[in-house]
This record gives sequence, structure tokens and C-alpha cells, in this order.
Amino acid sequence: MIRLQDHFTFTLRSVTRQRFRTTMQLVAMAIGVLAVVLLTGIGEGGRRFVMAEFASLGNDVLVMLPGRKETTGGLPPLTGEGTRDITLNDAQSLMRISGVERIAPIVVGTSRLSISGLSRDSLVLGTTQDFFNIRDLAFSQGQAFTTRQGSRSRAECILGATLRDELFGPKRALGQWINVADYRCRVTGVLTDSGTGFGFDMSNALMLPVDNAMQIFNTEGLFRVMIQIENIDAVPAMTTAVEQQMTLRHDGQLDITIVTPDSLLSAFNNVLLVMTFAVAGIAAISLLVAGVLIMNMTLIGVAQRRAEIGLLKALGASSKEVRLLFITEATLLATSGAVLGMLIAEVILLGLRVKFPEVPFATPVWASASAIGISAVAGVLFSWIPAQKAAKLPPVLALQAQAGK
Amino acid sequence: MTEATTETNTEAIRVRGVHRRFQLGDQTVHALNDINLDITQGEYISVMGPSGSGKSTLLNMLGLLDVPDEGQYWLAGKDTVPMSEEERAGYRRDHIGFVFQSYHLVPRLSARENMELPMVLAGIPPAERRKRLEPVINRLGLTERAGHKPEQLSGGQRQRVAIGRAIIMQAPLLLADEPTGNLDTHSGADVVELLEELNAQGITLIVVTHGMALGQRAKRRLRMVDGAIVSDDTFAIIPSEEPAL
Ligand SMILES: Nc1ncnc2c1ncn2[C@@H]1O[C@H](COP(=O)(O)OP(=O)(O)OP(=O)(O)O)[C@@H](O)[C@H]1O
Ligand SMILES: [Mg+2]
Repeated sequence: MIRLQDHFTFTLRSVTRQRFRTTMQLVAMAIGVLAVVLLTGIGEGGRRFVMAEFASLGNDVLVMLPGRKETTGGLPPLTGEGTRDITLNDAQSLMRISGVERIAPIVVGTSRLSISGLSRDSLVLGTTQDFFNIRDLAFSQGQAFTTRQGSRSRAECILGATLRDELFGPKRALGQWINVADYRCRVTGVLTDSGTGFGFDMSNALMLPVDNAMQIFNTEGLFRVMIQIENIDAVPAMTTAVEQQMTLRHDGQLDITIVTPDSLLSAFNNVLLVMTFAVAGIAAISLLVAGVLIMNMTLIGVAQRRAEIGLLKALGASSKEVRLLFITEATLLATSGAVLGMLIAEVILLGLRVKFPEVPFATPVWASASAIGISAVAGVLFSWIPAQKAAKLPPVLALQAQAGK
Repeated sequence: MTEATTETNTEAIRVRGVHRRFQLGDQTVHALNDINLDITQGEYISVMGPSGSGKSTLLNMLGLLDVPDEGQYWLAGKDTVPMSEEERAGYRRDHIGFVFQSYHLVPRLSARENMELPMVLAGIPPAERRKRLEPVINRLGLTERAGHKPEQLSGGQRQRVAIGRAIIMQAPLLLADEPTGNLDTHSGADVVELLEELNAQGITLIVVTHGMALGQRAKRRLRMVDGAIVSDDTFAIIPSEEPAL
């Protein structure tokens, strides 16, 4: 029986002294693994980036929205429509619950903005002073609403950074008047460019006091209410407390839904994970293609090396040994191709991290490990058929191949 | 079987009623037709005959590269026909050395590595391999060429490498199919001399050849026609006393 070390030396020689074939196989496998590692790395980076964005919303913020999303069974609501608006009073009443630190009612809509002949449609967000505190939004100019809680709001508005540039360009924005539909407001603040968050592109939005916005959109109902609580650990208790309060105010009907940061995060996380898996799956197909290529190359190898196989057999190699030699060779190639592909992918990911520092591009270990694993397995599986073919060659026939007889 | 085992010491090869047929399209070629042969250890045999007479087929059969369709073949006292392919591989390794007309060297391995190959396949440790290689390389006059690839060697040198590979396992039987067929007269004489030297040391040598000159150097000469041995004569020449070719 051939010694293990000699077995590898023999294969290694066969690999290193047949450069073209080796290169082809390496490249095929490397591309397959490169695709898997790179795509999952980018997918995972995107997922983590988005998750981090959502996490910036804060773990201590509950979001209340009208309507009941969960069906708890039982009879459908008897009161006709079923869903009642969350009014401003409803929102303000939540402040009376102990443990609630801040609330921010939100209405959202699109409106036509115009200043001295210039006009464009824009996202309009009606809210209160506390919205900026909850969201931790900073101002590059001016300040948040000056209206005090409870009193009637002044005609003031705040601009996102991009919107400001588009409307005013190099001119001063602070103190200017803007028409929002048929309502006029004075710019009292401009946000710093804090990018996106919570589904809204704040830099493209105009923010108004909530009561003014409700007038513009002619609505009694709020879109969302953000509720910041004092104690992060009290999320479940606070959820219940808010639900109870709202049930009381809505005649015994629980017709609101509370989204906790955890549920929000996990929902998004799931979506993004599925996407990463899908991308990984597509990439895995390229691995399969690489595997088929390896099989072809090994088959060609068998055909080209018929004489050598015959010789090895004439010199006393058993069918088993011949098969093993071919499989080792294919596996060696597949694995080194895979490692090569992985290294290239890691280098590209490193480059991406340097270029886009805010996105944490990185391939999860499971992806790299399974890419390597799959390619090793593919190496064995796909070389099995050719190796079997090589092993079965009768030595005489194999020897005649080269002699041309 | 019992009969064979009792004669193991002297009788290296015993062939009885061997047939080998090939199917070529709808035509059957009777490549070996009722071959009977007894060969004693240390004999020097040449096999001659027209092209297609079955010389190579006989040699392949004797070398366990091919299996008879019919008949028996005992090698070193063991019935080889019922053997499994794996068993036959082991037997080839330990009992038989081959020298082919077209050398059959592995192109990516050096001369030394080619000669080493049977020992590698046999699982002999590297130290032992080196020990056995040195004298063989010296004797073949390949000391300077041991590190060269086959493509860097002349035909005669290549055939010497092939001979080195054939004898490295110290197999008692050496089968050569037209060993000088691809060589010029001078390197052919070289190779023949080497083979006869090995025979003189006790190895059984069977040479298939077209050339009368080479064939007549053997003490025992087989002649084949249409798959049958038509003559089997033993002469009283001692080959090593004549100059090679
Ligand atoms: N694998 C095979 N398949 C089919 N026919 C074969 C095979 N091997 C040999 N033959 C046939 O058997 C016959 C004997 O062939 P063999 O090679 O033994 O002849 P040979 O005496 O060695 O001829 P040469 O002197 O030309 O080498 C030929 O007719 C050949 O065509
Ligand atoms: Mg022949």
C-alpha cells in the first residue's frame, strides 16, 4: 500500500507540474467561493448596517400605531369601522402613565412647498419638540419648535439638510417664510445631515408642529406615537400599561398596536437574513458550476492520462489506489481554489470597509466555512465519477492508449 | 494446483491451454490459440513472429495485464486466473518488471522519480528507497541524468530508466516488448547488453522482437503465427559470450 506522505507528494507533483490544468481548476473554484464569500459578506454588511440604523432609534422607544395588527381570535369588533383614530388627546394622555418619559405624536404626508415662485413636493412631518429629543436629532442652525406644550402652536417649521439646500441654496434659510399648501410657516431650524432612520429620510423632510400638520392634512388621527420610557427593562409592563390606557379611552376596545424595538428589529432582521441567504444560495450555484467544471477537467485528465493510469497499474497500483490518487488531486485543487477565492473575497471586503467605513462588510464564519466545506465535498463528489472511470480502466487498454497501437 | 505447488522452486511459469479472443466489430480475432508453456527461473526467451501474431498479447497475459478467456496460468506456483484485479496488481508489483517499446515513463517525473515509482506504490519507506536506487542508477550509468525529465533524455537513456524501474523491485520476471524498437543500433545494443546482464544474474527474461539478430541471442526461441506457438527451440549458445548485436 502506498504511503500517505508519498500519496500526497505524488498528487502534489501532478498538480504543480501541470500548470494550465491546475490554474483552470483553481480559477473555477476560486470564482465560485469568491462569489459566495463576497456576496454574503456584502449582504451581511448591509444587514448589520440597517440593524445599526434601527438600533439608533433606541431600545427605550415604543411605537404606537392605530389598528390591531394581531388577531387574538374572538368576535370581530362590533363598532362598525373597528379602528378608531389615535387623537392628539389620546397621545397626550399617555404622559400621565408613570414610567413614560416623553411622547412624540407623528403625522406624515406629502405637501407642495413653495417660496417665491420655487415649489416642490416634500415629505411633511408633524410632530412635537420631544420628537427631536427622542430621535436625538441635532440642529445645524436655529432650534426646535418654540411652542410650549399645551399652548397653540406657532407657525414655525424645521427643514432637513438636503431640503434646505434645495429650497434656499446658498441663501439664508432661517427666518424665511415657506408656504406649505395654503399654510405659511417660518423656518426656525435646520437639521444636521443625520441621514436616514426609521424609514424616513429626515434630510428631505419638513417638520411642523403636529397640530398645524393635522390641519393641513385635515385629519384627527395620528400616524404614529413614539413613546420613550424611563426604564428599558420595563418594556413589557409599559406596553401593557399603554394598551390598558388606550382601551379605556376607546370604550373598552383595544384597537391600537404597539411595536417594541425588539419586535421591529427582529422583523427587519428576518427579512434581511432571508435576503442574505438568498444571495448565498445564488452564489452556491456558482460553486456547483465550479464543481461540474472540476468533474470535466478530471474527466479530461483521465482521458489524457490513460497511459499513466495503465502504467501505474502495471507497476502494481490497485484500482483503489488509482481512484484515491485522482480524488485526492481533485480535492486538493478544489480546496486550494476555495481558499484562494476566500482570500480574494476577504481582500475585496477589506477594501469595501475602507471605502465605506459606515457599513460593516464582513462574511459570517458559517458562510466561509461552508463555502470551503462545500467545495471540498464537491471536489470529492465530482471527481468520483472520473476517478471511478480511471480505476476501472484495464491496464492493457490504458497502456495501448499512448503507444497508439 | 497441488502439482504446481510441488514444482514451485524450478518452474516460474506454467501455461496450459490458454486462449484469448478479441472482438473486432463482427469479427473474432483469436489472438492466443491454445498456448502451453513451461518456463524455468533464469531462462532467456525470445518471442518472434509476424505482426499481429499475438506476441504482445502473450506478453501481456504473462505479465498479468490481461486475463485469458480460457486455460490456466500459474505464476510462481500460484494460479493467477481466478485472482481478483487487486491481487493481480500486487503480483505484478512483486513478481514482474515491464519494459515497453515506448518506454512509458511519467513525463512530469524525473528519471530518479520514475525509477522510484514502483517502490512508492509498494509503500517502501524513503530511506530504503534511496538505498536501493543508488546502485541501480550507477549501474545504468544514469548518475548524471537522474534529475532530468524524460523529455531531456535520449531514447536509450529513457529505456534504461524504464529498465531501472522494471528491476527496482527485484522482480524475478522481466518482460520486454520490443525494447529496442525505438532505438538506434548503438543504444539498442546497450539496452540488450543490460538486459542480458540481468538475465545472467538469474532473472527470467522474455523479449518480444521483430529483429532476428536480437531474437537469436536468446537460448530459447519461440515463434508465433496466428496466435499459436509454432516452434519452441532451445539452442546451446551462451549469449553473453557474443558481442551485443
Ligand atoms: N485490445 C484488443 N482489442 C482487439 N483486438 C486486439 C487487442 N489487442 C490485440 N488485438 C488483436 O490481436 C491480434 C494480436 O495482437 P498483438 O498485439 O498481440 O500482435 P503482435 O504480435 O504483438 O503484433 P506486432 O508485432 O505488430 O506488435 C491482432 O490481430 C490484434 O489486432
Ligand atoms: Mg506487439
